[in-house]
Amino acid sequence: MKSAVLVFPGINRERDMARALAHVAGREPAMVWHAERDLPAGTDLVVIPGGFSYGDYLRCGAIAARAPIMDAVRAFADKGGLILAVCNGFQIVCEAGLLPGVLMRNAQLRFICRDVYLRVERSDTPFTRGYNAGQVIRVPVAHGEGNYIADGETIARLEGEGRVVFRYASPDGIVDPNFNHNGAMNAIAGIINARGNVLGMMPHPENHVEAAMGCTDGRGLFAGLVDHFKLAA
Amino acid sequence: MIPNEAPITPELIAAHGLTPEEYARILKLIGREPSFTELGIFSAMWNEHCSYKSSKIHLRTLPTKAPWVIQGPGENAGAIDIGDGLAVVFKMESHNHPSYIEPYQGAATGVGGILRDVFTMGARPIACLNALSFGDPNHPKTRHLVAGVVAGIGGYGNSFGVPTVGGEVRFHRRYDGNCLVNAMAVGIAQADKIFYAKATGIGMPIVYLGSKTGRDGIHGATMASAEFGANVEEKRPTVQVGDPFSEKLLLEACLEIMAKGCVIAIQDMGAAGLTCSAVEMGAKGDLGVALDLDSVPCRETGMSAYEMMLSESQERMLMVLKPEKEKEAEAIFRKWGLDFAVVGETTPTKRFVVRHGGAVVADLPIKELGDQAPVYDRPFTSKAKLPPIEPGAIKPPIGIAAALEKLIGSPDLCSKRWVWEQYDHVILGNTVQRPGGDAAVVRVNEGPKALALTADVTPRYCEADPFAGGKQAVAEAWRNLTAVGARPLALTDNLNFGNPERPDIMGQFVGCVRGIAEACRALDFPVVSGNVSLYNETNGRAILPTPTIGGVGLIGDFTKSMTLAFKAEGEAILLIGDSRGWLGQSLYLRDICGREEGAPPPLDLAAERRHGDFVRSLIAEGLVTAVHDVSDGGLLLALAEMAMASRIGAVLEAPHDVLAEITAHGFWFGEDQGRYVVTAKAADAVAQRAKSAGVPLRHIGTTGGPVLALAEERPLRVADLVHRFEAWLPDYMAASSA
Repeated sequence: MKSAVLVFPGINRERDMARALAHVAGREPAMVWHAERDLPAGTDLVVIPGGFSYGDYLRCGAIAARAPIMDAVRAFADKGGLILAVCNGFQIVCEAGLLPGVLMRNAQLRFICRDVYLRVERSDTPFTRGYNAGQVIRVPVAHGEGNYIADGETIARLEGEGRVVFRYASPDGIVDPNFNHNGAMNAIAGIINARGNVLGMMPHPENHVEAAMGCTDGRGLFAGLVDHFKLAA
Repeated sequence: MIPNEAPITPELIAAHGLTPEEYARILKLIGREPSFTELGIFSAMWNEHCSYKSSKIHLRTLPTKAPWVIQGPGENAGAIDIGDGLAVVFKMESHNHPSYIEPYQGAATGVGGILRDVFTMGARPIACLNALSFGDPNHPKTRHLVAGVVAGIGGYGNSFGVPTVGGEVRFHRRYDGNCLVNAMAVGIAQADKIFYAKATGIGMPIVYLGSKTGRDGIHGATMASAEFGANVEEKRPTVQVGDPFSEKLLLEACLEIMAKGCVIAIQDMGAAGLTCSAVEMGAKGDLGVALDLDSVPCRETGMSAYEMMLSESQERMLMVLKPEKEKEAEAIFRKWGLDFAVVGETTPTKRFVVRHGGAVVADLPIKELGDQAPVYDRPFTSKAKLPPIEPGAIKPPIGIAAALEKLIGSPDLCSKRWVWEQYDHVILGNTVQRPGGDAAVVRVNEGPKALALTADVTPRYCEADPFAGGKQAVAEAWRNLTAVGARPLALTDNLNFGNPERPDIMGQFVGCVRGIAEACRALDFPVVSGNVSLYNETNGRAILPTPTIGGVGLIGDFTKSMTLAFKAEGEAILLIGDSRGWLGQSLYLRDICGREEGAPPPLDLAAERRHGDFVRSLIAEGLVTAVHDVSDGGLLLALAEMAMASRIGAVLEAPHDVLAEITAHGFWFGEDQGRYVVTAKAADAVAQRAKSAGVPLRHIGTTGGPVLALAEERPLRVADLVHRFEAWLPDYMAASSA
């Protein structure tokens, strides 16, 4: 699996992401600077990591969505290339029009860093094939603006087409406002596009891949992607 | 003679925080009246914050050396060797005055400043901690300060991308008019690639890097060197505004040009901005510095030389670059979108010459600006010792169980989750132990080594007996590092006090420093960096003396770091150390009995070291399953914390002989020092070891069940304790202002 991790000024989880990819895929990703115009030849997976691109000034992800590299990313998505967008990455792909909706400030108006539980809604995507549908995983969140909001029609379409991939839930997998730390509509933690090749999610699976860090629940996402490309090869 | 922009009047001199004697010293030093810009430069260099004029002679008494110390106090941060060619670079610094005036930006720029101190030395920051002191929760300003300071720390650190892994938060009415924000940053560098401020070579380009200079923070350091009066709000323009985005870019750009070998000397622009950084680089290298302010990147037009020299705009660096690498360095800075400007050069004259608009606006002897700053041996008085309080002399107003319930939900002892959940504590993927334990544990690169990090002080002990309190602060940091299995290596101290011109306050300072020095020597735990914050008082009322100690320890294998949670049912609970039921200055006495009285607990440094070394050996040999130090609130608080962290209860019993001597409340809530609680599968083996090591050890209970059960007391459900523990702070912050 040949991955490319995009680096915008102010992105700060690119090292975490690169390390997780190297751990699970056994191969270092290419780090791609925002001012580039092309992705490295033969890229299988584009990863847009977390952080505060452009300081989150103006609006989270708004400036990065217009960076030079994003034209190549859109073209890559149009051709069916896989894109994993985490946290600020999720905000960037929403701003870039690759996913619908927007990430608003957390309901209690504070940044929150804690482990949360996600119910994996489907296992038939390249991003979630390492999990079983209905499985509950524990991964950290660290964001001030993770409250997913879209208009009623969009939400209905996302739900109707089964495009909600991860939902905030209790450790038993029950969706409950007490476990929806940021107030996201329908407890949405991650969605995919209609074609199924772009995933945006707020939590950080890349911080839970090593047993040394106390939990490896995030590993399945990366292991699933590795399997996906193995089978495709 | 330099033509003057403004007449130098006694009022102007006083407004610059300079005494008539200090002004006379300036006249003697330069042999003429200073220009307005020069007066500003002197005020920036000679204020308490930058010159340490009241504290210097006492700070010299602190032990700063050990075979593993690479750099002690005097540089941007201290550095210690942890083997494998790596160094830990760390420092703690206060941002108290600005945080009280403008809590969000004050705290944010405090974090930004300390991070810059660390990466200026070539280290990549891997962790931050902070120690916060606020006023009485019922004071109308406290909630606003807590919300702003915590959001500011998070806002800066989260965006910069460093995990904030530990610290402490306390409340006391003596901080009503002056909150304390002490921020610590820790970084990792190659031990042979540490960068310093000392300039070398004549005619070398001096380069300005980072953000543009604006009119913010002018006289910030002078403001931080005076007490507050009634008009504190008017000082808001002296607070700087932080931009963590620029700082993150500055970090990456600096580390990149350092790796490319472009840098001869580097100094961040912190307090007193361009003035302090330029003078320091020249003075340390025995060189002169010539600056041309027309080249300084400015945020707005029409800035005067005075404003540029005193601006404390953030996210700026000054460097001396290798001339042949200048173009390469510039390209790297341009790539990161940062300003890069040659603003001067080193000279052989040992003079600090500043030009603006073609004219010389300052021409001063560079060494004397620093070296000849006034040094004061201020008079001090020592407080009479307070008498110890016998446990029998205190009648318990409520039972043991009720007292525990009350303490666990009190402002000082309750969970600080509401605070640390606003800090990203997992970024970088190395946080082995998150906030909430005795010390945070952060893996170094891919391991197996890890650092243990903590920040500690018990101000009420320092107030009651400065010497004992200074000693205890160091011992507690050492103990917390030990409790996670680390070997304590070195510390940074952040000394927060009131007005040193008052002999009683100076006495607190001197006493605490003496106590710190004694404990450092006894525990082989040197001071490698630090910061002094004086004049923390408002309308004549000073803060509690608060010498915060930031400790760093090393763990050989992070997978063997120890945590405080009970691990399994049916394990023996053992208490290491002597219990004398010491309730003087305890939280039980203060928060249950309403009395802030008596001598603080005595501390035997030899026993401290013996007990700590013993605990560390138990952890290394895998003989214990959980370890927790006993501190604020005493033994029962420690046990409750171990239970809450695991949701496993315990059956507890006070030894009968002890009870007869020191009473039940003395045993459970006394704050005797040098103690740890451990759990073990094989209690006999541990007891045997303790006996041969000459360490006191008592069996005090067994883990298991859903409750904490004490003989003759109502059982306490662990789940209920957790609820009380977690509820206070969120409830307090959610309530509308009183």
